[in-house]
Amino acid sequence: MSGFLEGLQWLVANEHWSGSDGIPHRVWEHVQVSLIALVIAAAVAVPVGLWVGHTRRGQFITVQLSNIGRAIPSLAVLSIAFLLAVKLSPTLAFGFPPVVVALIILAIPVILINTYVGIQQVDADTVEAARGMGMSGWQILFDIELPLAAPLILTGLRLSAVLIVATAGLWALTAGGALGRYIVDGFALQETDRVVAGAILIALLAICVDALFTVLTRILTPRQRSRSAAEPGRLERPPA
Amino acid sequence: MTAVDAMAPWLAQTDVQPLLRWEWVTDNLDEIVTRGAQHFWLTAVSVVVALVIAFPLAVLAQRRRWVIQPITWVSSVLYTIPALALISLLLPITGLSLTTVAIPLISYNLLILFRNTLAGLDGIDGDVVEAARGMGLTERQLLGRVRIPMAMPVIIAGIRIATVSSIGLVTIAALIGRGGFGQFILLGLNTFFWTALVVGVILSVAFAFAADLLLLGIQRWATPWTRAAGVRAVGT
Repeated sequence: MSGFLEGLQWLVANEHWSGSDGIPHRVWEHVQVSLIALVIAAAVAVPVGLWVGHTRRGQFITVQLSNIGRAIPSLAVLSIAFLLAVKLSPTLAFGFPPVVVALIILAIPVILINTYVGIQQVDADTVEAARGMGMSGWQILFDIELPLAAPLILTGLRLSAVLIVATAGLWALTAGGALGRYIVDGFALQETDRVVAGAILIALLAICVDALFTVLTRILTPRQRSRSAAEPGRLERPPA
Repeated sequence: MTAVDAMAPWLAQTDVQPLLRWEWVTDNLDEIVTRGAQHFWLTAVSVVVALVIAFPLAVLAQRRRWVIQPITWVSSVLYTIPALALISLLLPITGLSLTTVAIPLISYNLLILFRNTLAGLDGIDGDVVEAARGMGLTERQLLGRVRIPMAMPVIIAGIRIATVSSIGLVTIAALIGRGGFGQFILLGLNTFFWTALVVGVILSVAFAFAADLLLLGIQRWATPWTRAAGVRAVGT
């Protein structure tokens, strides 16, 4: 337990709260890359997932993408993105672009499969009734399917947000910044308190993001309980 | 001197090197086999231990519904903590040992296996349960002869997900030198050496697919009725 206490002491020490290696700056870096990646990934994956669920086209690819996504190590995606970026433009490689691209690639399958399954699970009779009432395809999608699929779509966003925050912690391994910096530097300097402090910060951030999305889901879908899928775990990916 | 300048010699090298140098692979066969064994054992231990914990809990939860909430809550919190952070938090306690890597992997698998096993046990047709009771089966017999066998496809589907996820996650343990094939990924990354990176990624992904196929085969073999009747096992 002493290691944990030393980590806490490191966290509250004044000198670690300022400068470019200070906690506020590292947290901000972490939040920035995560937010950029999440917004772009959602902007791509939610519409595609809606389309796949509504038209029932590309279902096989969507399911396979999520299966393959789980098998590919996040460290691998990050490393490949970084080395490719180094090859293309060394100055770009040491900034946001490679890590953001890697995070987007990792998050897309998770959002995609949840959005698709959410739409696909909407009762066929409900959709049939809406069609019988003369609703157009767009109306069915936005007035019927989207609200009913909302809990699962939000679950996908929550899971991918946690995955992104976790993987952004690995950014430091590719000469990047954010909170993983403390863990990687702590290892290099053999300062366990720094490692533990970084770990506490990353864990806290992940738990906060998870809680934030849980609250958001409750507010946006007050009367619906987020249904668990037929086979739990199929729609997820453990955070790296 | 900026980071880019410092890495200039390495950067120059990345321009000319091929993606895969076969002589490196043949030179390092011993290391590849050792890391493969490490990857395999870490995965096996984390899935088996998690199953040993999750299975009885799911059986208990099937009868006593009130335990579902606390178990789900604890395992969900564990699931949310990133592996990198959990490994680092355990470092002062368990050091660079196998335990430091195994605990995060087990805790992720707990949630997946608990929920799948419970969903499998719960998902059995009420008429089947009724018929079994009508034939005079006790609750214990019902569990052993009806519920567990019929839940097998969903339980094994959970094991497949846990296994594939674990194989991917083991690579993170490269940070403390126990990452299996992930060690090659980290080596490739640190030395800008594509061959090591490519070997690490390909072997890790190939291992995940092989394990997934093997478990699918076991599931087909263990539950012949799912293919005979054309029943689509959930999640396949």
